[in-house]
Amino acid sequence: MLAASGGVVRRKRFDRLFVVLGMLVLIAALAVLLALFTDLVRQGAARLNPDFLTSFASRRPAQAGILAAWVGTSLIMLVTACVAVPVGVAAAIHLEEYAPKNWLTAIIEINVTNLAGVPSIIYGLLALGLFVYEFGLGQSILAAGLTLALLILPIVIVATREALRAVPRTIREAAYALGATRWEVTAHHVLPYSMGGVLTGMIIGLSRAIGETAPIITIGALSFIAFLPTPPFTGEFPFLSFAWLGDPFTAMPIQMFNWVSRPDPAFRVNAAAAGAILLGMTLLMNGLAIWLRHRLRKTFQW
Amino acid sequence: MLTSAVKARVSGLGFWYGNVRALHGLDMEIRDRKVTALIGPSGCGKSTFLRCFNRMHDLTPHTRYEGSIRLYPDDIDLVAKAVDPIEVRMRIGMVFQKPNPFPKSIFENVAYGLRVRGARSRALIEEQVEKALRDAALWDEVKDRLHGPGLSLSGGQQQRLCIARALATDPEMLLFDEPTSALDPIATARIEELITALRERVTVLIVTHNMQQAARVSDFTAFMYLGELVEFDATSKLFTNPGRKATEDYITGRYG
Repeated sequence: MLAASGGVVRRKRFDRLFVVLGMLVLIAALAVLLALFTDLVRQGAARLNPDFLTSFASRRPAQAGILAAWVGTSLIMLVTACVAVPVGVAAAIHLEEYAPKNWLTAIIEINVTNLAGVPSIIYGLLALGLFVYEFGLGQSILAAGLTLALLILPIVIVATREALRAVPRTIREAAYALGATRWEVTAHHVLPYSMGGVLTGMIIGLSRAIGETAPIITIGALSFIAFLPTPPFTGEFPFLSFAWLGDPFTAMPIQMFNWVSRPDPAFRVNAAAAGAILLGMTLLMNGLAIWLRHRLRKTFQW
Repeated sequence: MLTSAVKARVSGLGFWYGNVRALHGLDMEIRDRKVTALIGPSGCGKSTFLRCFNRMHDLTPHTRYEGSIRLYPDDIDLVAKAVDPIEVRMRIGMVFQKPNPFPKSIFENVAYGLRVRGARSRALIEEQVEKALRDAALWDEVKDRLHGPGLSLSGGQQQRLCIARALATDPEMLLFDEPTSALDPIATARIEELITALRERVTVLIVTHNMQQAARVSDFTAFMYLGELVEFDATSKLFTNPGRKATEDYITGRYG
């Protein structure tokens, strides 16, 4: 027997203690989420049916639905993704691959991280002043999409930079040594190999945006809408219409907020059902992120 | 045998990382279609020297070259500011210490240099890829799985894939940065055979930690110490009858 063996038994006890403690914390956190979700589903069960998805808001709780809300949310997310992803990825590529390492870059980097911590209501106020009034976009889907894009831009940038940084230096060197330019190294190698991380960052950003209420209330989302935006596809040339960008809108969290603040308790059932659907949308997006990451990780391994 | 044309002439080459001087006024001649080995203890600057030839240092900020490396027959200065590093890398290939194939197919790995150079013809690319893989003694092992991933190959095969990738674009000079330090003895022997065979068509410059390797594969050897070139001579002479005491101490294993 080694002299030190007594210490090992004692030290391993801490190991086990930590495992148990960690497990408990994890279970507690997951149980809360699960309880929340089942509670929403249970409360909203009466309204969780196809009619709920295809009806507009109504004064009568049993007929009210979330059609305008989920269409609004989907279109806002589309605008947000189309703006935040290209801008965020381009910014990350610039910071990671092109920008010289000097004090200016350092200040920009620190502030990008800081922006991720700015309360969302501040973005709402900025957007109200800038997009709604200054740029004259009005209380439109475009203004809401741009606001949320601004909000998740730091998340997309930080996640993309992490992903780009994970590509080994040796791979970049191999491409440079073959005579590739900086742009070719980025476009042919670094970006494709880090796509898993980039997509994950994008979806994490979008699932943050989907639940945001404060900024879109600030810029003036309507809470009672009984019409849909102009359809994006038209029968005549050029078949695509962007008129919907300028239409007023409502969104899922706003619809919920409106329902819970009504005195009639029957509306709470609607709010619960809408909450369950919103949570479902978020989980679906996160699931997609996990799946993408898993798939791409199998393709690129070092 | 030792009287071939000069492929590159290094004169007064110095190199700085910020304020740290890594190379001190190197002078030597690289012979055309010969293998020149760079040996010396860790940190002596041999890899730094090698990376001057394809301007890899340009990727690191705050680095500076002094002196010149003139490449013949065109007589251009590889380290001159006016010379685009990408032009240099189009003509001088490199194989790294650790095999670093792209996470793409075997075919795409070898074809990449051609694609960067704007090759579009499928037939031409296929022909060049096959030729490069044959030259790298890898064709027979991979011809049935050209579209399989390059990373599924063994370490030695991956390194030969990297050699094929560098050969595909017909470089004038190939730089090897300790190409076998991550490989087992059998894979090492194959790479050494390959380097010896490559001498027929390309000028080779190889950094190695392994003195037996330098003695086996090279025609000329340069011994470096603390960023300076101590001795440069025909390999047969340097290893049997070194002119300097420091060289003798190093090759007989007294330090390093």
